[in-house]
Amino acid sequence: MDLTISIIVGFMIFGALYAIHARDLLSSVIACGLVGYSLVICFLLLKAPDLAIVQIVVDTITLIIMVAVVLDSSREESYLKLDTQGYISAVTAIFLGLLLLYFYTVSIQSLDVLGKSSLRMAKHYIEGAAQKTGSANLVTGVVFDFRGYDTMGEAVVLVTAVLGVLTILRLRGKK
Amino acid sequence: MKGMTLIVKKTTQLIAGMIFMYGIYVIVHGHLTPGGGFAGGVVIAGSLILITLSNGGDFMKLIKEESGTTIIESLATILVILVAVSGFIFGTKIFFNNFLPKGIVGHLVSAGVLPLYNIFVGTEVAASIFIIFLSLIIFKEESKE
Repeated sequence: MDLTISIIVGFMIFGALYAIHARDLLSSVIACGLVGYSLVICFLLLKAPDLAIVQIVVDTITLIIMVAVVLDSSREESYLKLDTQGYISAVTAIFLGLLLLYFYTVSIQSLDVLGKSSLRMAKHYIEGAAQKTGSANLVTGVVFDFRGYDTMGEAVVLVTAVLGVLTILRLRGKK
Repeated sequence: MKGMTLIVKKTTQLIAGMIFMYGIYVIVHGHLTPGGGFAGGVVIAGSLILITLSNGGDFMKLIKEESGTTIIESLATILVILVAVSGFIFGTKIFFNNFLPKGIVGHLVSAGVLPLYNIFVGTEVAASIFIIFLSLIIFKEESKE
């Protein structure tokens, strides 16, 4: 299974790189879709069907909206020539990337293999969760019972985002 | 915005109802099978977006629909907080207290207040995703004039 996930992650990296360098913006959007749908297969292989359902639906709707935006505006990407500020930004980005890679290799040695062990807190959640919450689906039990505050915060964040979108996009307002 | 051809219109009118029902199924069975409020709400919003894209803006009477979804979305969020607060009133004084009887694990009516949270969060997510899409369409229509 590790080999399969490695191949899929390779596909995702290829799609992300192609999305940056594509000349046509429509094919760039489709390459972004490649990243999202590969992530869905990764979630399914790692035994997280709840996340896979949410990811596949949200990815489809986002792709529809992005394709509509690209078809409505231009399909050509506007190229800019690199000046001194561009070179400085590129060097800074490469330096930060190397720094992150170094700290990642340091911190990966003290972590366990993905999915092989569970935290002490998670053990208390898993033991007898069906009797405590009464729900057969453990994820719903955790999301709405043990971690109810988080879910309420997510719902309020979504409402606030919609209010912001309406504030920006409504030109005329209500009569 | 204009709609698509007659074949696309008829096909989406046949399919969108089934997608809507599937979203309701995912929400209602959220405490038994994978899925839940967020996933089912996005599926419902997807069916509404599908029928709006294929039939054009005139089919849904866009201006009325937008004010309707705003009210539904705000009401759903208030209901989530109300159910959470009602844990204060019944039993021990804990926010998000699961005060209803738990029932048998695996039945459709079980798990206390968790199905209510699923239904409210699903309504809220469907309304907010659809309202973002509608405001984008209305912005395009208005900026054209």
